[in-house]
Amino acid sequence: MQTSFMCTRRALLRASALGVTLAAIGIQPAQAQQTMESSDHIWQDLKGVVFGDRTIREADGVVAIEAPGRAQDAALVPVNITVDPARTPQGITALTLIIDVNPSPVAATFKIGKDAGITHIATRLRVNDYSYLRVIAETPDGGLHMAKTFVKASGGCSAPAVKNMDEALKTMGQMKLRQFAASPANGGEPELQLMIRHPNNSGLQRDPLTQYFIPAHFIQTLDISQGGRQLLSMEGGISISEDPNFRFDYKVKGTGEIKAQATDTKGKVFNGAWPLEATGM
Amino acid sequence: MKRPALPIDPARRRLIGGLAWLGAQAALMPLPFGAAALAAAQPPLALKTVAEGVLAFEGVVELETPRNEGAVANLGVVVGDDAVAVIDSGGSVVQAKALIAAIAKATAKPVRYLVNTHMHPDHIFGNAAFRDIGATIVGHRNLPRALAARGPYYLQSYREQLGPALMTGVEIVPPSVLVEDTMQLDLGGRKLELKAWPAAHTDNDLTVHDPESGTLFAGDLVFVKHLPIVDGSLLGWMRQMDQLAAIPASRVLPGHGPVPSLWPEALAGERRYFEALAADLRKAIAAGTPMAEAAKTAGQSEAGNWELFDAYNGRNATTAYAELEWE
Repeated sequence: MQTSFMCTRRALLRASALGVTLAAIGIQPAQAQQTMESSDHIWQDLKGVVFGDRTIREADGVVAIEAPGRAQDAALVPVNITVDPARTPQGITALTLIIDVNPSPVAATFKIGKDAGITHIATRLRVNDYSYLRVIAETPDGGLHMAKTFVKASGGCSAPAVKNMDEALKTMGQMKLRQFAASPANGGEPELQLMIRHPNNSGLQRDPLTQYFIPAHFIQTLDISQGGRQLLSMEGGISISEDPNFRFDYKVKGTGEIKAQATDTKGKVFNGAWPLEATGM
Repeated sequence: MKRPALPIDPARRRLIGGLAWLGAQAALMPLPFGAAALAAAQPPLALKTVAEGVLAFEGVVELETPRNEGAVANLGVVVGDDAVAVIDSGGSVVQAKALIAAIAKATAKPVRYLVNTHMHPDHIFGNAAFRDIGATIVGHRNLPRALAARGPYYLQSYREQLGPALMTGVEIVPPSVLVEDTMQLDLGGRKLELKAWPAAHTDNDLTVHDPESGTLFAGDLVFVKHLPIVDGSLLGWMRQMDQLAAIPASRVLPGHGPVPSLWPEALAGERRYFEALAADLRKAIAAGTPMAEAAKTAGQSEAGNWELFDAYNGRNATTAYAELEWE
């Protein structure tokens, strides 16, 4: 028996909300396809676990979230979060990304460095069913602002699982950084795209020989800095797609290099450092 | 009540001999029963004769729906002197039982093997019916791992897509005999050559070649007419095109598309599509175009050449974008 893995969804939510290692994953009972109503219903439950009784303002224009209405690949759903600096001149301190129906609904929490100048973050998610994707932005005064978008991710043979496991294990830990020059298309600031090779494995599967659950194995924390100044940090889970990938704009300061450090749930630490490219300043 | 005699006794000894190479584990497996005994109630599936001793079911080129009962994949049957091998079990137990009934009509020989060409539901959801008639299930070394990762999700999402009635009896049944690289299956006077491929359509693709008739059962490594689906590695698939083409067969059962198709001519369409898709994606990635944007345009020059293009091209572009970004 794997009773230790049968933890409740609530305990799991609490664990992920508090940033505790997800050593165990509860299994969602099979159910009919989710709808906007049922997704919202799940969120009503979730909200208190993640944010307590704090007030969350919805659709007030501080933050926006964009994803395809129908996911092409349930394992790779591109999502773009944008913050409107006009509505929050002091910027934001954190972004929490939630997929209501996923077994691990808190996909990631991003902490934004002071003066990092980040106004958008794009990443890719695993989405297990029809679901709202939500982003909750926190402003320096502690205010919470939410935006949501509904994604239909279900059907066909696409599944939110690793595609090429041999390759994923062979290349694990490789990092790649792309630097994009400032252009009107990206809001006039340069962008970074950090990519990490990692299966970001869900741990939802059983080993076919032993029948024990394979422990989850994923990137747990990520810190990105430039010139020793914190730009972005993330606490993530299994709802981030394999080969975690983050693209965001930022404000360059000085000429210091860009560094990234990621840790996974097996305690492995992955480091990368890249000189700052001339990004059209 | 008198039990009906199972018409397998003479074959039994030969079967045990044939299975000896599988080792001790195989000896513990149930012996294949005559298919007729268990599938008599099911109306038989319409099979085409492709060659001497080779039968096939041609799936419809459609998305899986309750109306087509998920019967979209091509399925193969090879009859040897002693036994039968089936290539893929179909998209439901209903379809698998109808296939078993059709085999029983064509031959009294027992179904000794079910070969799974890869993990997708339209090819493996009938596995339980073949297990229940005692067939040994054979698959790629990576298939159990892939099924473990996807099985529960497939069972849930297909219940939504196909409806509970068609999902009755569907179980995720992994293979018990795994192909590391190559393997021969002896059906008596006829040896099938199995090959496990590196990641391409999926990371658990297996082909079956019957040299006797010159027929290749390609699974979803070959799509004709139906847009190919990338769920493993586009680059891997492109890299092994030449090696695939070198298989000395004269006809192919593609995973989806006309049965049979000419070999290796059947590869031309997907080869051209992959090259167009990869070229478009490489351009988009170099230009910094985000994934969601690139997925709307990449590969569109191929739209007129395929059925189900709109259903799958965006998905292929999304999947391949993530892979090509690492080049």
